Amino acid sequence: MRFALSAERLAFAASLHDLLAAADTPAVARGFAAGDYEPGRTLWKRLAELGVAALTVPERWGGLDAGPVDVVVAFEELGHHAVPGPVVESAAAAIVLAESGVTTWLTDLARGEVMASVALPPHVPYALDASVAAPVLAVEHDALSRVDATGGARSAAMSSVDPARRLFTVTGGEVLARGEEVRRAAAHAFELGALATAAQMLGAGRALLEMATGHAKARVQFGRPVGSFQAVKHRLADVYVALELARPLLFGAAIAVADRSEAAARDVSAAKVACAEAAYRAARAALQVHGAVGYTRECDLGLWLTKVRALMSAWGTGTVHRARVRAALAGREVRR
Amino acid sequence: MIFEEEYYAAGAPARVSQNGIFLLAPTLFAHGTEEQRARLLPRMARADDVWAQAWSEPEAGSDLAAIRSVAVRADGGWLLRGQKTWSSRATYADKGFGLFRTDPTAERHRGLTYLLFDLRAAGVTVRPIPQLDGEPGFAEIFFDEAFVPDADVVGEVDQGWRVAMSTASNERGLTLRSPGRFCAAADRLVDLWRRVGDASEAAPADRVVDAWITAHAYRLRTFGTATRLLEGGTLGPESSVDKLVWSELDVALHETALELLGAEAELSGPDGPDGGRWLSGYLFSLAGPIYAGTNEIQRDVIAERLLGLPRGDRR
Ligand SMILES: Cc1cc2nc3c(=O)[nH]c(=O)nc-3n(C[C@H](O)[C@H](O)[C@H](O)COP(=O)(O)OP(=O)(O)OC[C@H]3O[C@@H](n4cnc5c(N)ncnc54)[C@H](O)[C@@H]3O)c2cc1C
Repeated sequence: MRFALSAERLAFAASLHDLLAAADTPAVARGFAAGDYEPGRTLWKRLAELGVAALTVPERWGGLDAGPVDVVVAFEELGHHAVPGPVVESAAAAIVLAESGVTTWLTDLARGEVMASVALPPHVPYALDASVAAPVLAVEHDALSRVDATGGARSAAMSSVDPARRLFTVTGGEVLARGEEVRRAAAHAFELGALATAAQMLGAGRALLEMATGHAKARVQFGRPVGSFQAVKHRLADVYVALELARPLLFGAAIAVADRSEAAARDVSAAKVACAEAAYRAARAALQVHGAVGYTRECDLGLWLTKVRALMSAWGTGTVHRARVRAALAGREVRR
Repeated sequence: MIFEEEYYAAGAPARVSQNGIFLLAPTLFAHGTEEQRARLLPRMARADDVWAQAWSEPEAGSDLAAIRSVAVRADGGWLLRGQKTWSSRATYADKGFGLFRTDPTAERHRGLTYLLFDLRAAGVTVRPIPQLDGEPGFAEIFFDEAFVPDADVVGEVDQGWRVAMSTASNERGLTLRSPGRFCAAADRLVDLWRRVGDASEAAPADRVVDAWITAHAYRLRTFGTATRLLEGGTLGPESSVDKLVWSELDVALHETALELLGAEAELSGPDGPDGGRWLSGYLFSLAGPIYAGTNEIQRDVIAERLLGLPRGDRR
């Protein structure tokens, strides 16, 4: 019944936190939003030195083949620091490639030399940040294609509520693999991507709560810190409760995926719903507690707030994931 | 109200003159002089003068009585010194209205005076602040000995708090946030649900229904408010109820639209569904529980002034 992170995993999270806290990630995210991708790439290479890029790559291609629990540990910290770029997509792409038997980019992905993006319709219809990614992949039914090089078509960048994200519609392209294993690889990648997105949201929710708490202690109105007002206290306490409840669902789902449990899809969806709700509650509360200063582009709060809003509809919306839980509970076959 | 319903139902654009016609005009009806009304209202109605409101200061948000900007007696008028912030439209507006401390020795809520000022006057500097929703929106205003003639004092000197509170009630409901605005948005949401909603999903449908019910309730409630006013009543603390209703409805309505839009929800601007209007409306709705008196403050007003619960130690 032991349900706690090992000392190694806690140390891994702490080392990521230390690196990111010193990397001025808000500036990196603002750079990404302005189309300056270099600081983002550099950061990804530094994260790769700590193993983040190799987590989902098999060992024989220089990866760690680390499994979902480590993925969740890492992506929670990426979300905590609002790291921009196709980070979930790179992790998911490695799974699609490896399990479809396409090994071309795996070594470079593991080293953080390249980032990848992937569209997995219907729930992941767009390729995130395709302009910084190579390869850009898409799975339609049982065909895996590369769309960034030969013959593929990519729309102009579409902007997102999160200014650091750009989305692309992708069509056509060179077919790299086809068959049942592609279908299975895509299904597995979707679970992993949804899980990593949930982890990012949990981390972002924590960051938002930290910002809100810090502001509530510092901002004085009516001669006292606004955090001394019960309305503010209760709202932040509710955020804390929501995050506390989302966390075990997230790690429980990671274990279910690692064990290839029958209930994995249900548990991933439950985690995605709970992490999204908790992070969104944190975003709303943090903005409200900041008041007007939170409503400016000059304040970093907005970087996390808009990221959370974007991730809520990325890798399956609340409606999609609730439907998966409902289907599992109703005893029907769970569609991906 | 009928005009507003038709205006929003037609999808007409936001009005640059709204702070003037909805907030300052009612104040001038109640507290202005005949001369001020004749001089200011026609230009306001034609949008020859665009108005910005300037209450908030860096240290005076919810605690508005903490205002530090001063107006000092000068020959034929007043000299303004200090800083205002978050002033919507100040970036491009012509004139502003707000509270300035005229008697620094008086108790916090006294010794404030309601003044009109020229945003282009000597001694006034405006710095735009980019909003979360990407709009240029609000701005900081710095005053360095900017002159205001006596003719631009609204109400009596040192009695500005009372004058300002009557403007605040207008912002909380009725005029600035007329039901027509939310009924039109609820109708658009119903339309969106008919177009993209999945009939097998009950939960989003229920949220659409709830938004429609609240918009409908707010409309009927506002008929009641208008009736009360026609019979000689005043707006008063009841407007805090309106402020909570429309601000939370606006957020819920847009959240529901984004959930209906699925993966498309995050697309913004011209790439977004319906030209990005749901997302921009959503981002703007998030400011609703903050401006016009935060929703925490409105709940305090309802609890203390309408329910008669003991006052907290906020002063
Ligand atoms: C989009 C937008 C437009 C605006 N336009 C204008 C404008 O045109 N002119 C203008 O003058 N101002 C404007 N404002 C400013 C607005 O009036 C203030 O934001 C508002 O009064 C709150 O002040 P604050 O932002 O300083 O928050 P604070 O007062 O610092 O409040 C921070 C948090 O503490 C809470 N809090 C504070 N006191 C209490 C209490 N006693 N009990 C419980 N909770 C409390 C608040 O509810 C809030 O959640 C605008 C704001 C926004 C967001």
